[in-house]
Amino acid sequence: MVLILGFLLREALPILQSVGIKAFLTDKTWSPSQQSYNLVPMIWGTLFTATGAVLLATPLGIISALFCQYYAPKAIASGYRRLIELLAGIPSVVYGFWGLVVLVPLINQLHPPGTSLLAGILILTLMILPTIALVADATFAEVPQAYLLGAAAMGLSSWGTIWQIILPASKSGLFTGMILEIGRAIGETMAVLMVCGNVVQTPDSIFAPVRTLTANIALEMAYALDNHRSALFVSGLLLLSVIILLAIAAELVKWDRV
Amino acid sequence: MINEMTEIQSLMQIQQLSLRYQQKLAFQDITLSIPQNSITAIVGPSGCGKSSFLTCLNRLSDLIPGCTVSGHIQLGTLNIRNPKINTTALRRRIGMIFQKPNPFPMSIEKNITFPLKEHGIKNAQERDRIVEQVLQDVGLWSEVKDRLQANALNLSGGQKQRLCIARTLALQPEILLMDEPCSALDPIASGIVEDLIISLRQKYNYTIIIVTHNLAQAKRIADYAALFWVDGSCGRLIEFAPAEQFFNAPNHELTQAYVNGIKG
Ligand SMILES: Nc1ncnc2c1ncn2[C@@H]1O[C@H](COP(=O)(O)OP(=O)(O)OP(=O)(O)O)[C@@H](O)[C@H]1O
Ligand SMILES: [Mg+2]
Repeated sequence: MVLILGFLLREALPILQSVGIKAFLTDKTWSPSQQSYNLVPMIWGTLFTATGAVLLATPLGIISALFCQYYAPKAIASGYRRLIELLAGIPSVVYGFWGLVVLVPLINQLHPPGTSLLAGILILTLMILPTIALVADATFAEVPQAYLLGAAAMGLSSWGTIWQIILPASKSGLFTGMILEIGRAIGETMAVLMVCGNVVQTPDSIFAPVRTLTANIALEMAYALDNHRSALFVSGLLLLSVIILLAIAAELVKWDRV
Repeated sequence: MINEMTEIQSLMQIQQLSLRYQQKLAFQDITLSIPQNSITAIVGPSGCGKSSFLTCLNRLSDLIPGCTVSGHIQLGTLNIRNPKINTTALRRRIGMIFQKPNPFPMSIEKNITFPLKEHGIKNAQERDRIVEQVLQDVGLWSEVKDRLQANALNLSGGQKQRLCIARTLALQPEILLMDEPCSALDPIASGIVEDLIISLRQKYNYTIIIVTHNLAQAKRIADYAALFWVDGSCGRLIEFAPAEQFFNAPNHELTQAYVNGIKG
């Protein structure tokens, strides 16, 4: 980790020294050949896709875990769990491919061009759903049986029990799950690259194409030279810092729990 | 004392009740009438099915996977064994206290107000009134009135158990089932809860069914007592009698041996 961070820093340093940090936020456009390095549209791209996906996946994942723990019969629950684990293991290119072939044409019918922020959000949702669903499932499994029996013995409804007892008791576990899914959403490259359209622009609607930071790196690294290359490393550094901060946050939540 | 048994109203009639976990019979053929406004103690060695028996009475047995019950339980006009009855309403009528105090992980006050809300008591003042009332009833009010918002999990064991009793009382049940409510507590806390149980019976005429391992305690608090025993590997009811008779002149040899501490 330290090595990677050091490497990123070394590679990013030349441009940080020559044009400064501010350039990445205030330059007019992202056109490295014209010494213009505005990352803001891509930062928005990453932010919007990740936020959208987390907002969708979190409730869905929690509902799926509640179903698994408290409603589904044992056999169905364990089959369902297996399925989600499987979903977590599918390579991201496959998701991207599916998105490109199925999702994008569908969205295109709704509102062209199809490759869009929405497609990115939906694909990411699908990809991070297993993360939150599995973490939530494991968290709910730890809620003491005594609470549930106590609630049942008082004739409390399942909704009341879920809202007032199970969810609050699982707060920190669910929070950890969210941090993990955010990390995954921000870091995901291949699938979003395939379905997002990759136009460098701050999206004005969910049907507009966007380019994320990760996609930008993947697309341009192969031919980037000098300052351009260095600028890509700056965006890599930015991503890594966010991930590290998330990891620290997750660690703090865990500490809080002990 | 002329023919006490017929004078006392029975609140709940249990007939030929049996319970299995998968293939294993936990207890069999228990027939027993629970007298109204009195404390019935259930005693017996470990594993004879006392806890399992209690879970049938409020249908908590429904929640245990692989558990099947047969027999008949009647509470007034209500057939408890009828699968169609509203268990929410039933469990409001029959409260249950567990061996290990299990307050919810929320504030002391909310432990009482949340179930009240769930049971449709919408008026906040009414709820506050009940909170004070039941905390007074269990003797917790003076100890916690300044920290009602504190987390209930930070109370002492005895206080937790009294809170659990309070939140159950708040729903105004007719019957209280208690499964070894004192056995996880230290002797002093245990004594306080024991006194509380007696006062519930004397002041408010609750009908209480209490499982206990502590014979001395059963002797101190019970009006009636029942002895369960493991016969083979299956629990059975050996004797049910008014406490006087149960402890001093039991009909059954096994009861005699048990209360004298020779067996069990
Ligand atoms: N959920 C369960 N699944 C399977 N068997 C169970 C279950 N709960 C209890 N048993 C078995 O049923 C029998 C009766 O158990 P129960 O807990 O009712 O006894 P008990 O009289 O309350 O014992 P104790 O005094 O130790 O609390 C025991 O043999 C026990 O192993
Ligand atoms: Mg027991």
